[in-house]
Amino acid sequence: MWNVAFAELRKLRRPTLLFGTMGAVVFFSALFSSLLFLLIDSPDGNSDRGRMVGREVLSLATGGVQGFNSVGGFLGIIALCVFAAQTAQEYTYGTLRNLLVRQPGRLRILLGKLVAMKIFALLMIVLSAIVSITTSVILAPSAKVPTDLWFNADGRHAIFTSFINIIISVIGFGIIGMVMGLLLRSPISAISFGILWLLIIENLLIAVKNSLEHWLPGAQLSAIAAGGASRVNATGVTYSHALLVGGIYVAIGAAVASFLFVRRDVAN
Amino acid sequence: MSNTAISVTDLSKRYGNQVAVSHATFEVPLGTICGFVGPNGSGKTTTMRMLLGLITPTGGTGEILGESIKHPEKYLPRVGAMIEGPAFYPALSGKENLNVLATLGGFSTDRVQGLLEQVGLGDRGKSKFKTYSLGMKQRLGIAAALLPNPKLLMLDEPTNGLDPEGIQEVRALLRSLANNGTSVFVSSHLLSELELISDYLVMLRKGEVVFTGKMTDLMLSQQPVIIAKTNDENDLVKVLAIAQNAGHQATIRDGAVHVQGPADWAQVLNRAAFDAGITLSQLTPQLPNLEETFFEMTGEK
Repeated sequence: MWNVAFAELRKLRRPTLLFGTMGAVVFFSALFSSLLFLLIDSPDGNSDRGRMVGREVLSLATGGVQGFNSVGGFLGIIALCVFAAQTAQEYTYGTLRNLLVRQPGRLRILLGKLVAMKIFALLMIVLSAIVSITTSVILAPSAKVPTDLWFNADGRHAIFTSFINIIISVIGFGIIGMVMGLLLRSPISAISFGILWLLIIENLLIAVKNSLEHWLPGAQLSAIAAGGASRVNATGVTYSHALLVGGIYVAIGAAVASFLFVRRDVAN
Repeated sequence: MSNTAISVTDLSKRYGNQVAVSHATFEVPLGTICGFVGPNGSGKTTTMRMLLGLITPTGGTGEILGESIKHPEKYLPRVGAMIEGPAFYPALSGKENLNVLATLGGFSTDRVQGLLEQVGLGDRGKSKFKTYSLGMKQRLGIAAALLPNPKLLMLDEPTNGLDPEGIQEVRALLRSLANNGTSVFVSSHLLSELELISDYLVMLRKGEVVFTGKMTDLMLSQQPVIIAKTNDENDLVKVLAIAQNAGHQATIRDGAVHVQGPADWAQVLNRAAFDAGITLSQLTPQLPNLEETFFEMTGEK
């Protein structure tokens, strides 16, 4: 499994993918955090979906990670794209047969790829945390937001908790991307379907029927990233509920995709 | 220890109602070069895929290097393969592609540069795969197949896209590998190439094995053709009549009479032509080449 992971990391470290992805992470992490402080007095809101996060909230021990929390869902979408592309491209390039000839253990291939992509996702999250928190620290004084509580014991706990929640969420999104890649066997189809579902279909469904927020996979993973209820109109997806339902989705998807990957003939 | 590199019995693959390979039974002895021939769609690649554990047979059994094909993990570390053309990551260089496969298989990446040089890509290893010509891609595919220092090499159309010099190099490479004990199982549509390098042959037609054995046995089993030319072209018809009256199949082609029959019947034909006042300018018994034999056996022409 480790051989597969190291081989996958060789692919993931290619400059266009690595710097392209990390560049996007840096840009959006800085953007999400900047908007929190630059638009703090804007009547249109300063957070996602027009939400207003005021000075009182930003002054709390959790204030330093507000920007990081906001970008968490976006990191999930990036992970979904990377995981889906890296998995599905083995079919479109025909390289899967090379992998299977060199490593016939199909589950080992999947696990090795997953480990490598988790490492890649972890790098993304660490970078995002550094950029988000640094941006917040830099912009807080000009927005008249005190930062005294951000790095005390509670603040450090908030950073740690956010970090763990975002890791769980991003890896969940990534596994969904991988499942899409394995099922659809085409990077474009897998990414399109994943993004279409998570960004458009789920939001439409939730807009029509609010209670669906408790049961749709993307909503659960976003709720995990936010440490609980994620939307303004949320009727309250608790963290434990999101973890349970999101975990069930990810587990079922991973089990079905793994079963098909192990059993399916490689005929291309 | 088994003396065969590949041994399959009744190997079959069916997709719904369509039979891709039907009860294929053949053996490839260790240390030989075995040509694997058949028309397009005859089941060559499907057979290779089954041998490599990529697809599951619907029937039959097989062994590779003494291990059952049900457990490819036991023999694949000793097998190098390139099937259905070279497939690599276009954004990575040739060298980096081989490094990925070496890391995956647990082989030293130190071998990679040497392999690139062996296949003539020593100075292009750092170029991206997507910039390679078809011939270069093919060479990289062969280098990848050689990564594990294989005991058995399975190559599907390895000379596709190669120029004559490249084809000659691949031929020399395969011969040298076989001389060093590597068994080579190679499919190609260039039958003249296979005829030059193969010791053994497996011939498929519509998913069924129509011949398996030594190349020399196949060629010797073929009916020779006696080619007769006359000084006077008008005499060709008379020679044709002599052959046909003696019960042989004969045709006039390319300014010569082609008579199917044993080589020693050439003397009889020579005497009969002489008695008829015909002077033969050429009388050559000739064995059909692999291509002619292939068309004869597969009914492709």
